[in-house]
Amino acid sequence: MSKDVAVLGVGMHPWGKWGQSFVGYGVKAAQDALNDAGVQWKDIQLVAGGDTIRNGYPGYVAGATFAQALGWSGAKVSSSYGACATGAQAISVARAHILAGLCEVALVIGADAAPKGFFAPTGGRRPEDPDWLRFHIQGITNPTYFGLYARRRMDVYGATQQDFAQVKVKNSKHGLHNPNARYRKEVTLEDVMSSVLVADPLHLLDICATSDGAAALVLSSMDFARKHTTDPVKIAAVSTVTPVYPNSIIEMPNLATDSKAGVGLPEIGFKESIAHGAYEEAGLGPEDMSLAEVYDLSTALELDWYEQIGLCPPGDAEKLLRDGDTSIGGRVPVNPSGGLGCFGEAVPAQAIAQVCELTWQLRGQAEGRQVEGAKAGVTVNQGLFGHGSSVICTV
Amino acid sequence: MPDKTNAPAVEGLFTMDPREPRLLGTRCRACGTYFFPAEKTFCRNPACDEADFEEVPLSRTGKVWSYTSASYKPPAPFVAKEPFEPFAIAAVELEEEGITILGQVADGIGVDALKTGMPMELVLRELYEDDEHIYFTWNWKPTSGGSDA
Repeated sequence: MSKDVAVLGVGMHPWGKWGQSFVGYGVKAAQDALNDAGVQWKDIQLVAGGDTIRNGYPGYVAGATFAQALGWSGAKVSSSYGACATGAQAISVARAHILAGLCEVALVIGADAAPKGFFAPTGGRRPEDPDWLRFHIQGITNPTYFGLYARRRMDVYGATQQDFAQVKVKNSKHGLHNPNARYRKEVTLEDVMSSVLVADPLHLLDICATSDGAAALVLSSMDFARKHTTDPVKIAAVSTVTPVYPNSIIEMPNLATDSKAGVGLPEIGFKESIAHGAYEEAGLGPEDMSLAEVYDLSTALELDWYEQIGLCPPGDAEKLLRDGDTSIGGRVPVNPSGGLGCFGEAVPAQAIAQVCELTWQLRGQAEGRQVEGAKAGVTVNQGLFGHGSSVICTV
Repeated sequence: MPDKTNAPAVEGLFTMDPREPRLLGTRCRACGTYFFPAEKTFCRNPACDEADFEEVPLSRTGKVWSYTSASYKPPAPFVAKEPFEPFAIAAVELEEEGITILGQVADGIGVDALKTGMPMELVLRELYEDDEHIYFTWNWKPTSGGSDA
């Protein structure tokens, strides 16, 4: 049995700081996806919502809130949360329903209205919660982890702060003409290097902002898709893997790694296993990818992903970047959308937005940022506490 | 007003020995894997069915895996000193336990003084205080001898 599902429609609400409710952003993205698919809301059989955590009940328990806003239709509902990997969880639920024959066409929606500044845990004294504990007892924020990974690249591989800044320069060029990007302005190496240091060796412009935004997909069975369109973009794989014990790399929000004592290390690390799981499922490899959308919470993290999704061996990411391989026009452009550097993070929308970009690229509709002849693409992302997220799309 | 007494900012994570403090973890008696913070209910090694743990003080020294800085005041529930003073943070790998543990770097020592692989030791530092207590946490500090690791 084919594991393909069709991406019939995609839609986004532009990223920014709009000061409105996440619900309206989600509805706009959903309506755009429905229009793009040529499917009526009343025909949607499942609504899969990605929850934000910043609005009381997880995004008012997102799936039903979006369904109500679009007008109660009796559709089945699902709501998912997986931190930054929330969107992949929602996509996975919709895809599984379709592949199991439980529905033919589903609407996936993620939307957020993000606060300014550092993300922080909710209130109360909760020492048993690793997220609360790391803030309280050591003052460790999310950029702390980005800084640790970046410094490790410098000390082990000889990366420089200029290399990191160059990722921002590249992505700012990519996002220049993306109508959904929040930041559409060229950034120079000097701009990055002269911005304030937040988590050494990373400057403010190395670290992504937090944004409002929304993304939506209409997914369907291949049979349903053939009645609506020819040659739709397909989702060939969705990886939602967890780590294998022991995970020996320090991960947000933990204060400590698993122990390597007495237990052998797994064959590949957690971050490497995320896209690996998607490649295995799709029967494709990194060499088959025309482009990648990776989770550049920081510029240096984008370089880590090059290696973790198999675009190059460990330690070669800076060379790949410097050679222009990951720029539009290069061998395998990374973040042609502009990435989080141009968008800022709208948590539950982000993994869905990555699939929107792959879809536009694979249809040849990515105006001003098109990867010529794109045939297949991979997304990768990771959610707090051990949520893998990777999607492979093909045409 | 009586003198303030010293207390850990969170109970059960470390000893309050001012000279040679230790982080407190657990070790699975069956498979030998360690946990910090302590795990006492179930063993997270999927190949191990035991739930028999001994509480163990972890090694006081290790080597830097990586390091960074906090140049801006972290939000609550961190209790920052006013005015806020930036600090460095190190991830330190304990060889025997095979665990990497994060902590602030002590005494205003900045990232310029740190290097991957550098030997570090555990110390206690004041984190914040209230009317009755001075609360402590652990910090990492470059070892004075620099040769014990």
